[in-house]
This record gives sequence, structure tokens and C-alpha cells, in this order.
Amino acid sequence: MNNKKVVKIDMKQYGMFFALIAIYLVFALLTGGANLTPMNINNLIMQNGYVVILAIGMLLCVLTGNIDLGVGSVVAVTGSIAGIIMMDMKMNMWVAILAALAVGILTGVFAGFFIAYLGIPPFVTTLATMLMGRGLTYTLLQAQTKGPFAESYNFIGAGFLPSFKIPFGDGTLDVVSIVVAIVASVILVFSEFKSNATKKKYNFAVNPLWQTVLKLAIMLFIIWFFFYKLSRYKGLPFVLLIMVILIVVYGFITSKTVAGRQIYALGGNRKAANLSGIDTNKVFFWVYVNMGFLSSVAGIVLAARNGSATPKAGDGFEMDAIASCYIGGAAVAGGAGTIVGAVVGAFIMGILNNGMSLFGWSTDIQKIVKGAVLLGAVTFDVLSKRKKN
Amino acid sequence: MSDYILEMNHITKEFSGVKALDDVNLKVKKGEIHAICGENGAGKSTLMNVLSGVYPFGTYEGDILYKGEHCKFHNLRDSEAKGIVIIHQELALSPLLSVAENVFIGNEQTSRKGIIDWTATRRRAQEMLAKVGLEHEDVNVPINTLGVGKQQLIEIAKAMAKKVELLILDEPTAALNDEESKKLLDIMLQLKEHGITCIIISHKLNEIEYVSDSVTIIRDGKTIETLVKGVDDYSEDRVIKAMVGREMTNRYPVREGVEIGDVIFEVKNWNVFHPDDEHRQVLKDINIKVRAGEVVGLAGLMGAGRTELAMSLFGRSYGQKISGSVFINGKEVHLKTVKDAVKNKLAYISEDRKTYGLNLIGDIKENMTIAARPFFFSKNGVINANDEIIAAQEYKERINVKANSINQVVGSLSGGNQQKVVVAKWMLTQPDVLIMDEPTRGIDVGAKYEIYCVINELAKAGKAIIVISSEMPEIIGSCDRLYVINEGEIAGELNKDEFSQEKIMQLIMAHQRKGDGNE
Repeated sequence: MNNKKVVKIDMKQYGMFFALIAIYLVFALLTGGANLTPMNINNLIMQNGYVVILAIGMLLCVLTGNIDLGVGSVVAVTGSIAGIIMMDMKMNMWVAILAALAVGILTGVFAGFFIAYLGIPPFVTTLATMLMGRGLTYTLLQAQTKGPFAESYNFIGAGFLPSFKIPFGDGTLDVVSIVVAIVASVILVFSEFKSNATKKKYNFAVNPLWQTVLKLAIMLFIIWFFFYKLSRYKGLPFVLLIMVILIVVYGFITSKTVAGRQIYALGGNRKAANLSGIDTNKVFFWVYVNMGFLSSVAGIVLAARNGSATPKAGDGFEMDAIASCYIGGAAVAGGAGTIVGAVVGAFIMGILNNGMSLFGWSTDIQKIVKGAVLLGAVTFDVLSKRKKN
Repeated sequence: MSDYILEMNHITKEFSGVKALDDVNLKVKKGEIHAICGENGAGKSTLMNVLSGVYPFGTYEGDILYKGEHCKFHNLRDSEAKGIVIIHQELALSPLLSVAENVFIGNEQTSRKGIIDWTATRRRAQEMLAKVGLEHEDVNVPINTLGVGKQQLIEIAKAMAKKVELLILDEPTAALNDEESKKLLDIMLQLKEHGITCIIISHKLNEIEYVSDSVTIIRDGKTIETLVKGVDDYSEDRVIKAMVGREMTNRYPVREGVEIGDVIFEVKNWNVFHPDDEHRQVLKDINIKVRAGEVVGLAGLMGAGRTELAMSLFGRSYGQKISGSVFINGKEVHLKTVKDAVKNKLAYISEDRKTYGLNLIGDIKENMTIAARPFFFSKNGVINANDEIIAAQEYKERINVKANSINQVVGSLSGGNQQKVVVAKWMLTQPDVLIMDEPTRGIDVGAKYEIYCVINELAKAGKAIIVISSEMPEIIGSCDRLYVINEGEIAGELNKDEFSQEKIMQLIMAHQRKGDGNE
């Protein structure tokens, strides 16, 4: 008997990809293709790198049903620590990086301790770290910009991976980018078919073939579009490497590890999680320690991109990171959301910013639009869930 | 006009096909105190919710006649406007607001244009408090500085402020000590003199005998009879008989081929204090033993301490200053966290699956495997997803969870299927000892039968099982032996051949009288 099980793809899961593409196309039309240039694609990645990094950490906080308001300030503190060590103490950049990471983790330990072990609401705790962090930054930098940093450090935020350029059309083509794109495509297609084969082996439901193919086609298109454009510019930015590593690592943690799934269980129902043997205080603690760590990574990248540490660095980043998670489909009450969603959410914000800048809208208008998009995305999410029930 | 202030005729209320109330009739005379009695789940609270408009007109069948008028309440406000006020077991007070403000919550004393008149609020609050014997209380202090007993009286004062004519009290003395209870009952008698009609729901039959003029007994959603003081036999035994006197049909699958083995779970001298009050002892010197393959019941009234016992044993999830020892498979174990408990093969299925058992936005697979995951479905912290899927699939079929797939979100399942998911979750931890707290609460008869089958299967596999249930027929039908727990102590132990609902009730009453005598 052939009992092949078939299940349709949940379109909502991919809705944000469509939104991403749609917004991008709208701005392509509005700006007459200005946002399609290789340089702009490169900028898109470099400008949004730190928001993506923060959104990944923020997703874990959002999964617990909370947020971290302090990340923008921690970005500034860690950036200024790196700056002081390199510029004032004249020490090696690796010392600076390690010190920045350590300070970031410490801020996370600080917040996590208050939240997890003293039961102070995260909103209050991180509002405090936000104020304290910003004040600390101004004190450390004496309200001055510290820079310029050495090129070797700035590579982290503004550098490119080794490339091999060949003449192509009216410019050049980086072979390394193309090779990476090929490898990525093979891995993607292979893993999709492997997971389908496993599902069939255990007689689980699989998606209809045409839907799988369509899904793959769209994802391949996005990959090739990005990598082709990058190959026509200066190759692969170093920030992209950091982003990809973090996405893969955190994607794995949240979906395939006991610790990761405990965050979802905690967010879904804390009391039930406790009675299932999960030490929810510990989970809370590590989620905020991790947020501190990723904030410092973002701080290092931002300082490197700017080539300097400024007191106002990272101002308002927490809001972008939080908005990215919600736009990416994370539940406000916690317990639902994905790393990929948060990253796509961050890129939707980035494309909006970028497109509106190219179109010549002021940052004031940009904020109005971003606010409206956030509200719209969450409203859509809430209403569609209500309909299902 | 008749001398009845309230007549509820032929009330039928269904919850997704299950009849919670079936043709219930209740007649309350003006100016009397009318008690409603019945086991947990008999339908008492449902009936009161119908009366007060919590279940709006149209969601039930039947007719409510109040002061000769047909009533169509759509919410609490409608019924309160007519002078019907219900005081629930859980107090509806805002803990940090002052006494005066609480008395007028939702009924604020305002001058023109909705501005609160604080002077009037305080003065009138004082008047209301005087009516419930609290004339010496300061109305300006936050209400959480007062004890539960006084808070309960303030609830009544609040009802007085709403010009109550029919006051409904749902288990008003459940959280009170004897002295406080006595005071509250005396206040009720005073209110009666002022012409206020009361309906009281209570498990404490001695209180009912003391305070009420007539009692209506409800069983399985049906009215059994109404007894009138001075006319009918009004003794506790008479009421118990009416409460429990039902014929047992074949609702419990027969357990066959189970060999009862050695004692594998033993609790010695277990003492637990209340988590918020270190002087209040919740459990006193509890000693219990369960053998392999044996199903042992914990019977008792609500609030007797059964759930507290289970949770305190389960990794100290309840209480403080816990002392005593626990033995599993002959070895003493120290279960300081839930993880310790799971590791030592103890499982606890909570009475409240939605609050303590399930992640309602998670799918069936996640919910089933979350507790067992660190022990069986992962290596070095990395989950083996395929094993999980296979296990979830197997248990879904084995205990017949009705769902499209193991990826279905648990919140969308029916109560019975949700309960099966919780049961599967704890079966997957491969326990030797399972404590099942109200395993069939709020689920339909078919699902109940399936849960009993699972209990039998587990007994057959040599597990020690403890069933906590407030439904006495369930305990009697599914257990081999039972302990009766009352007020945090073991009030007695019964073997299968001694089981009867009267016996259980008698043990509880005897223990209560003993307790009263000591104080």
C-alpha cells in the first residue's frame, strides 16, 4: 500500500520572504533601480550587519516573552572600550576585541543576575542598563569621538574577504563569490532533499514536489542575486561572514539543542516548563548573558565600520532589533519565532531605510514608515492567529 | 407573588456536548439561607454562573424567575443591577488598593462627571464595614495587610454596597480557620435578619447544618432533592447519602493480570509549610507507601493538601521547610529539583494541564518530549530529532491522541486529547512512580475511559501509581487502596474491600471533628 503523506507548506512561514522581495521591488521601481546596484547591495549588508547580529540575540529575549532595551548602550560601551584600549593604551587590536567581548558578557551577567535571580522585570532591568551604559560611554569617551582606528581593525567592519577578480562586462567579476554561491546552492538543495528522504524513510508527511521546487527556486534566486551583485563589486564583505556564522550557529542552537528548545518552552508556559524539569532562572540568565555577548560583537563591528568610537554609537539599535524580531514573526508573548525570521525582519527594516534614503526621504519620514510597518506586521500576525482559532 | 425570591427552572447547560447541568431546579425562599451541596464537579458553580450572568442568557436552556420576573442576564453587571451578587472562592480584591477603594471597586462613589468623591467613599465604606462586624477597621490601609478572613468579610461589605438582595457565596470558608469561619457564618445569620437572602455553596456539612434553612443537593449536574430544616432529616449523614448515592456503572475498565509487587515508593514523616507563611503547616507527618503495580488513591476535599503533597514531593515544587524522607526502589532519594525527580523516575501529572502541564502554542511533539529530552532524546545537548518524532508518533497512536499530526499545536486540541499529551509527556520520561493529579478533570467520558486504560497499562508494567481525585467514584473505581487526606494529615487508609463513598466522607468528618475538638 502506498501511503505517501503530503502536507502543504505553511505559506505564512514564507510570507515575510515575499514581503522582503515585494518591498525591495517597490523601491527598485521608485528609485529607478538605484537600489539594485552592486554597491548598494554591498552597503545594505554592511549597514545592517550589526542590526542582524543584535536581532539574533534579541530573538532569544523575545522568545522568553521579554526584550532587552540595553543593547544599543552596550554596543556603545564595548565600542568605546575597544577604542580606548587601542588609541589611549596603544595596545594590540586583539586585546581590544577580547576586552570588548568580556565587557559585553559582563553587562549580560549583570542584567541576567537581576532578571533571573532577583526577579526584577527585564523591562526595568534593561531600561537601567540602557541609561547606565549610555552614561558610561559618555564618561569613558569624555563625550569625544575616539579615532581613527588602524586599518587592520577596521577590516572587521569594512573589509572584504580575499577575492579573485576577472574582467566581466563593463567591470569585474569575483570568482570567489561565485564559488561560494555554488557551494551554498549545492548545500541548500542537498539538505532539502536529504530531509525529504529522511521524512519518507520514517513515513512522515512531505511537501508536494512543486512546492519544494518553488521554495528552492526562490531561495536560490535570492542567493544568486546577492552573490552575483557582490561579485560585481568588491567581493564578499567580512561582516557577511560573521553574519552567516552567527545565523548558522544560532539557528542550530534554537532548533536542535536542548538548551535552545528550553527557551521556547519557557516562553510558551513558564510554569509548565518549571514542572518539566527546566531551570527557568538559568535559561533567563543565559539568554541575557548571550545578549550582552552579541551586543559586544555588534559594538566591535560598528566601531570598525565607523573607524572610530562615538558616544552616540548604537543609539536606538535596541528598537531596530526588537522591531526586526516582531516583523520576522516572533510572538510578542514569547514562545514562537525563528532566527531566520528575525534576520529577514532586520533586512526588511534595512531595505526600507536604504530605499527611502535613496528615494530622498528624510530620516524623520523613515521613522514614520518603519513604525507603520512594524505595527502592520504585528497586527497582521495577531489577526491571522485569531482567525485560526 | 409567591414566597420564592428565586426560581431556576429546568436549567440545562452544555459544554461542547457534555451536560454540566441537566434539568436543574432550584427554588430559594425570600430571606432564607439556602445551601447547595454536591461533590466537586457536580455543577454547583456552573449553576451559580448561570444565575449571575457569567454564562449569558441564551447559552443555557431553562428559565430564571427572580422576584417574579423572567431574567435574561447577559453579564455580571445585569445581575448586580437586580441585586444579585456572587462572591467567588478566589477573592476579587485588588491587593494594593485601600479597603475603602476595594469596597467600591466597579461601583465608585462619584460626584458629578465621574470624579471620585473620596470623602464619601471612606464614609460609606465605614458604614458597610459596620454591617459585617468590621467597624473598627481602618479603611485607608491596603487590603493585603488584612487576613483572608477579614478580606472575605470585606467582599461581603462590597456586596452590601451594591444593595444586595440575593448574596451567593461560593465556598466562603475554604481558606478560613474555624474562628474566622464561625464569624463569617454569624454575619450571614445577621444579614438574614436584615432580610437578605443567601445562597451558600460549601463542602463543610457541619457549617451547612449550622447556618442554612434548606439545602439542595446536586449530583452529576442534576438536582437530587431539597431538604428543609425542621421538616426533613437534616443530619450530615443524610446529606452525604444524597450527595454520593449513585449507582456505579461500568465506567472503569477492569484491571487484569497485574501482579502487585514490593513497595517501590515510600514517603516517611513528610512535613511541609506554606510557601508564603513559614508558620502555617500545610502537611503534617505524612506516611505513604505504594507497591509496584499498585494504584493508590488520595481522597479528600478540595484544599485538603493532596496537590501540595504531590508537588512538594516532585522536586520541592511547593512549600518551604520541607522535612521527611522519600524512598524510590528501596533507596533514599533527595529530590531538590524537578530534574532530580525526573532522573529518579518520579513523574507528576498536574491537575491543571493548561497552567502547569502544556505549552499551548507548542506542537504535540514538543510537548510530549520536553521533559524526557535531556535524558532520552539528546546527546551532548544536541537533540536527536528523528528519535523524537518516532517516539511522539508512537505515543500518539498508543494512547490515541486525536490530531492530524504530531505537528498540530496543542492549544487547538480538545481537553481530553490535551490530557493525553500530558500523560504521554510523563510516560516518555519512563518513570517508576507516577502521580496523577485529577487525571480526568474536565474531559469527556470516552477520554476518561481511555485514561483509565492507560493507568491499567502502567500498573501492568509494574509502575507505582498515585491517583489524586476529587471525584470519589473515580478513586473507588480505579484504585486498589486509598489514603484519605484531610487538613494536611492522613485521616485514614482504606483497602479495596472497604471502599465506599460514605466511608470516605465519614473518615473526613471524623477527622474534622477531632481537629475541632483539639482547638
